[in-house]
Amino acid sequence: MAAAAALEAVAPTGVLWGLVQDFVMGHQEGPADQVAAELQFTAFDEFRSSLENPEPRTRARGIQLLSQVLLQCHSLLLEKEVVHLILFYENRLKDHHLVIPSVLQGLRALSLCVALPPGLAVSVLKAIFQEVHVQSLPQVDRHTVYSIITNFMRTREEELKGLGADFTFGFIQVMDGEKDPRNLLVAFRIVHDLISRDYSLDTQGLITVWPPNDPHGIQREDLILSLRAVLASTPRFAEFLLPLLIEKVDSEILSAKLDSLQTLNACCAVYGQKELKDFLPSLWASIRREVFQTASERVEAEGLAALNSLTACLSRSVLRADAEDLLDSFLSNILQDCRHHLCEPDMKLVWPSAKLLQAAAGASARACDHITSNVLPLLLEQFHKHTQSNQRRTILEMILGFLKLQQKWSYEDKDERPLSGFKDQLCSLVFMALTDPSTQLQLVGIRTLTVLGAQPDLLSPGDLELAVGHLYRLSFLEEDSPSCRVAALEASGILATLYPVAFSSHLVPKLAEELCIEESDLARGDGPTKCSRHLRCLQALSAISTHPSIVKETLPLLLQHLCHMNKGNTVAGTSEVIAVCQSLQQVAEKCQRDPESCWYFHQTAIPCLLALAVQASMPEKEHSVLKKVLLEDEVLAAMVSVIGTATTHLSPDLAAQSVAHIVPLFLDGNISFLPENSFPGRFQPFQDGSSGQRRLVALLMAFVCSLPRTVSDGNIWGVVLVEIPQLNQLMRELLELSCCHSCPFSSTAAAKCFAGLLNKHPAGQQLDEFLQLAVDKVEAGLSSGPCRSQAFTLLLWVTKALVLRYHPLSSCLTDRLMGLLSDPELGPAAADGFSLLMSDCTDVLTRAGHAEVRIMFRQRFFTDNVPALVRGFHAAPQDVKPNYLKGLSHVLNRLPKPVLLPELPTLLSLLLEALSCPDSVVQLSTLSCLQPLLLEAPQVMSLHVDTLVTKFLNLSSSPSMAVRIAALQCMHALTRLPTPVLLPYKPQVIRALARPLDDKKRLVRKEAVSARGEWFLLGSPGS
Amino acid sequence: MVGGSGMGGGLLENANPLIYERSGERPVTAGEEDEQVPDSIDAREIFDILKLLRSLPQRFKMDVHITPGTHASEHAVNKQLADKERVAAALENTHLLEVVNQCLSARS
Repeated sequence: MAAAAALEAVAPTGVLWGLVQDFVMGHQEGPADQVAAELQFTAFDEFRSSLENPEPRTRARGIQLLSQVLLQCHSLLLEKEVVHLILFYENRLKDHHLVIPSVLQGLRALSLCVALPPGLAVSVLKAIFQEVHVQSLPQVDRHTVYSIITNFMRTREEELKGLGADFTFGFIQVMDGEKDPRNLLVAFRIVHDLISRDYSLDTQGLITVWPPNDPHGIQREDLILSLRAVLASTPRFAEFLLPLLIEKVDSEILSAKLDSLQTLNACCAVYGQKELKDFLPSLWASIRREVFQTASERVEAEGLAALNSLTACLSRSVLRADAEDLLDSFLSNILQDCRHHLCEPDMKLVWPSAKLLQAAAGASARACDHITSNVLPLLLEQFHKHTQSNQRRTILEMILGFLKLQQKWSYEDKDERPLSGFKDQLCSLVFMALTDPSTQLQLVGIRTLTVLGAQPDLLSPGDLELAVGHLYRLSFLEEDSPSCRVAALEASGILATLYPVAFSSHLVPKLAEELCIEESDLARGDGPTKCSRHLRCLQALSAISTHPSIVKETLPLLLQHLCHMNKGNTVAGTSEVIAVCQSLQQVAEKCQRDPESCWYFHQTAIPCLLALAVQASMPEKEHSVLKKVLLEDEVLAAMVSVIGTATTHLSPDLAAQSVAHIVPLFLDGNISFLPENSFPGRFQPFQDGSSGQRRLVALLMAFVCSLPRTVSDGNIWGVVLVEIPQLNQLMRELLELSCCHSCPFSSTAAAKCFAGLLNKHPAGQQLDEFLQLAVDKVEAGLSSGPCRSQAFTLLLWVTKALVLRYHPLSSCLTDRLMGLLSDPELGPAAADGFSLLMSDCTDVLTRAGHAEVRIMFRQRFFTDNVPALVRGFHAAPQDVKPNYLKGLSHVLNRLPKPVLLPELPTLLSLLLEALSCPDSVVQLSTLSCLQPLLLEAPQVMSLHVDTLVTKFLNLSSSPSMAVRIAALQCMHALTRLPTPVLLPYKPQVIRALARPLDDKKRLVRKEAVSARGEWFLLGSPGS
Repeated sequence: MVGGSGMGGGLLENANPLIYERSGERPVTAGEEDEQVPDSIDAREIFDILKLLRSLPQRFKMDVHITPGTHASEHAVNKQLADKERVAAALENTHLLEVVNQCLSARS
């Protein structure tokens, strides 16, 4: 910059002259920019001598300088100057070949000029076409020529079009033989513009290129794509392109086949009947051959796609009155070649034929109609002709394919629908399939029934009644494989949304009857069948609860069943009560989509469940076994999931209504909202109530921890929790209960409930108060006494609640937890606690239950705490070291592998030590950490090969099957290490691996075989 | 296996042969996942994973024969396979060993 300033100040012309001389004589490269930056065009004279120099090299340098100057200042040039320069440059094109590259540079600069007068663009191009043999220039200069053409095409389109075919011919001459991929990309773009902007074309010359096989720097894919854009840009290429494509499809080269089928596919978007007419038979023959004799699935897929777009193209074309419709003849051709294969359901060509027909039928409503009306009668006839189940299954699967295609097209007029004529035949065929003994055929039948049902207005009420009857029967099948039952239930669910009336009038009464009849039959003692039939019945009821009107019938049935079980004198097993709860939970899940059903479910089911539970918890004289069933851990857990599912999707104001009932029920024993509220005693779970009453806090937890958040304008966070009445009291009661040592179930439930509420509570003074209370409680409990383990559980859950929301206090609590790892009493529990911290819960602190869960909490926990864990491990006395390893392995195990890999080398020594730990949880998690590491970082691992081989071989005879499998997988992964490192161990390993070959477990033997096979191959030729 | 239909005297149809469904992966049963239950080595396991002597426990003895009726010079090949020295000699041929190893290698 200083030099430039001096230049101007002292004597511009003198200094400039020097700079120009320097550059021209080749002393320096720098001045060009300086000169260019400073120079106005008046300085042209400065160049004169160098431009007229008899030595071509010097002339070239002079012109190069001038061209660079022009590149800098082309926008400032006046029209007169441009004319002058263009004449000069055009003249220079005739000069020595050394000069040409610089001349082209200058012309490129001038082609950017705004002031270029009309006519000059044409003259420049003509001069280039005439004087320069472009393909003998280096790549960069050829690129310059393409740039000149591109610039002119952008600004002087009209003029170039005036040049007519001469321009395109000239351009083709210029690019003929171009092989450099960088230039080809530009050239293809020019061709594409030529075509899309209607330049007059001599198309024959253009179709001479095919992607070169050796592109450098540029992706082959880019070239193919840009060439395809050129080829598929106009129908005018069709007559030249289509034979070429057919030739390429017929060739042996896989990539050429794929490319040409894809190009054909692209071309069909712009072509019409006229272009395709002459080539249809050969195109069809080629595509058919590729699909029939396919060697690769990709070719087949591309062939089918090409056929689909060909048919679509033929369907789309507008015809003149006298023209013949090619679509009909084309489709007839396809049908003729394919239909006879459809009659041989065992033969190999049956599926390719069906796929071809379906590809064509998927192109348009007309094609679909044509093919379906021809194929369906044939297939229906074939179904009856063949009697074997597997043949019938193939035929029905083909029919299913054609029926599915119908769904793509919507028909306005009911009579137009091609299926209505076949409806009765199809229905009887599907019902035949559904009664067939073959499971496979039944499965296809069920799928076909679903597709038929999805056709609007196709099935009559009579058909539906039959269909529902079949589904009912299939739902109760006593088969070994549940696939048919599952499929029937799923189909019932789908069809029930479409035909709720049919299901509530034909299926629900039957199911209701089933539930009752069996109950009275119980005395006869056919226990097992009753159970399984009841189970099926419950599953069916929940499966069809996909429509609000059906839920209104199924939910009361389920609840009534539960009440009956509770009231009757019969002994209901735990599993049966759980089954009802699972059904209820599935219904609740299905209700979540519809706010109205959701509220209906909540309002109906939750008071009923609570009433049953409260009733069961009442102290009674005759302790009926049954009522105690409702208070068992598993049953309560099942109820928890029903209540949670029924609460998460409530709208905030409805949820608030519900809270106003449920919280007072637990705090004050206010039972007024329960449906049956005449109990023998008071309900006081938090005061002196029985242990049974305390257990019900789990149900409170399910409800309050699933409450939705509401959007509020007043709050800066935008979301607040649905307000819970008497929250302060509730939290204190929960805290109190959580450290009560009489019943671990209720104290854990209280701790979880407390943690769940804490997690969602907005930051602020109240939250800090709650936290302080909790910390005090934990410290008091941990210090000594009978409640240590309860206090630990509380600590664990509170820590989890805070870790999930990145609360600042969480690190404090985690440290406390880590301290407990060396506690002789709580150490092992603390180690397992890390698993709880890192895993997802199902009942509280879930995303579905609107808890605040930051997505990266595991990674964050890992970075924050693993160094401390490692330090703790090294400092700890020998007897508690395993606790640290176990805690660490829980953390590592839950972390996504990609996050873990970069960190593992630093932990490697610890991991190697962990391999000797006797705890199988630690062993398993260590092996699963090491296995990917062996694959990803073999170099690092090869330093420890001795330890690894020994430890893995030891673990391969561990008593735990999972450890044996993991150890053998690691042995297998070891073979990725550099061969020279491994060879010394080969004989030893092969001998040692002979033992697990005879392991008693098949899964272990399988791993042993693959690991030993790989070790055998080490260092032998050809591996 | 497909060849069997040709041998059975039926019409040999190469252009559009009968096809059989490929059986899937062997499903893992509950018994296989149970630590306590020993799984016996059955025919399917031999077929699936144990194709070489090196994959079999040492207590097994192995005989290799060509499936009857599937090879033109069946008898001669069986004789060669039974000749231990002949097999050992074949494996000393580096090129042959290379080809065999390539077939065994899981990596592509």
